[in-house]
Amino acid sequence: MRENPIYGEELDLFTIKSYVFPETLEEADELLQRDARNSAILGGCCWLKLGRRISRAIDLSRLGLDQIEVKDGFLELGASVTLHQLETHPAVTSRFDGILGECVSHIVGVPFRNCATVGGSVFSRFGFSDLTCALLALDASVVLYRGGEQPLAEFMASPIAFDDILLKVRVRDDGRRAAYQSVRRSTTDFPTLAAAVSCLGGQWTVSVGARPARAVRCETAAACLNEGKGAAAAGQAAADELTYGTDLRAGADYRKKLAAVLVRRAAEQCMEENKG
Amino acid sequence: MKVKITVNGMLYNKHIPNDMMLLEFLRKYGYVSVKRGCDTSNCGLCTVWVEGKPVLSCSYPAARADGLHVTTLEGVKDEAASFGRYMTAQGAEQCGYCSPGFIMAVLAMRRELTDPTEEEISNYLAGNLCRCSGYAGQTRALRAWLHDKPWEKEGQA
Repeated sequence: MRENPIYGEELDLFTIKSYVFPETLEEADELLQRDARNSAILGGCCWLKLGRRISRAIDLSRLGLDQIEVKDGFLELGASVTLHQLETHPAVTSRFDGILGECVSHIVGVPFRNCATVGGSVFSRFGFSDLTCALLALDASVVLYRGGEQPLAEFMASPIAFDDILLKVRVRDDGRRAAYQSVRRSTTDFPTLAAAVSCLGGQWTVSVGARPARAVRCETAAACLNEGKGAAAAGQAAADELTYGTDLRAGADYRKKLAAVLVRRAAEQCMEENKG
Repeated sequence: MKVKITVNGMLYNKHIPNDMMLLEFLRKYGYVSVKRGCDTSNCGLCTVWVEGKPVLSCSYPAARADGLHVTTLEGVKDEAASFGRYMTAQGAEQCGYCSPGFIMAVLAMRRELTDPTEEEISNYLAGNLCRCSGYAGQTRALRAWLHDKPWEKEGQA
């Protein structure tokens, strides 16, 4: 409980018992292993106030994980890279038709996007995340301190391992074309539904996010595009294959219809880009 | 924990609670231009700059600002007052509660974007909510301010 000068005693939304800045990743891991369940790796802290009691907050912001690099044929996004960096960094905006910057550009405003991080979005596997949907379509992988490198699609399907640390996200710099589509009830709201596609050498990848569950790849939609059945068929396949849920933003039936439209639009956009 | 935070050029060497947010720190030391709104990263009222970048101080741990430079509206008061006159002229201030955060975002945008388009302006400022004005007054004020470029005459950065 803390004293508020106007309202008197107020209930804290969250508490942090100890706050540490590890100097190395080894130290961060060692601190986390002591009590992984009650510790928290801090990302952008935008969703920190959800009522958690944190025994030890481990702040990675001084470990240099805020770098965007093109290395060994991969675009590498450090876990502490902010969403606004994705919008402005030329190495990101010039690749994959700029979808990594575009997909985050509707999230609240720049002050928010200067706080929210790649690591926070990806590690938490938020269903509403625009970024994970786009990264899935780009066939990205994640690099974990303990778990090593693994495909993002596998990572997204696995339960959260609270005893591991996400270091970076890697996307093969293979020149694939990509497109991203989303629908929102208002400009800065979470997406009601999101879809992303990419194409490399005639091989397509399709993902759908904000279903409202975690973003997933849609293999039947990709197969439709690979077999030349067209964008509309791919959209319908995405609507039929995946499951959709209901929340305050939309019903499952509406999301299903949106999926058909957004996947079709994204595929058509990507086809146009390929012609260009 | 102990932190050293420089606010508008003044160094604060203080003990703070581990879970104190920058918003609380700033208000505690008298920077009351920083308003508490939603307190959950949604409204933009608490916008300040950390190392020149606009952030939401309600969600920025004060501990993370250790060793960094923070700027509030009080630290850019001449430029803020200049833009404020444009807001007043357009009837855009209304209740005024969102103005400090909005102005901090506008001044940051002016430093980051050269001749921003309407879309870029909307995109940059979309997270700064105003419940009074419907944004029409702010938009008019912003257009006039960007057109006149008073900061060039006033010698501001």
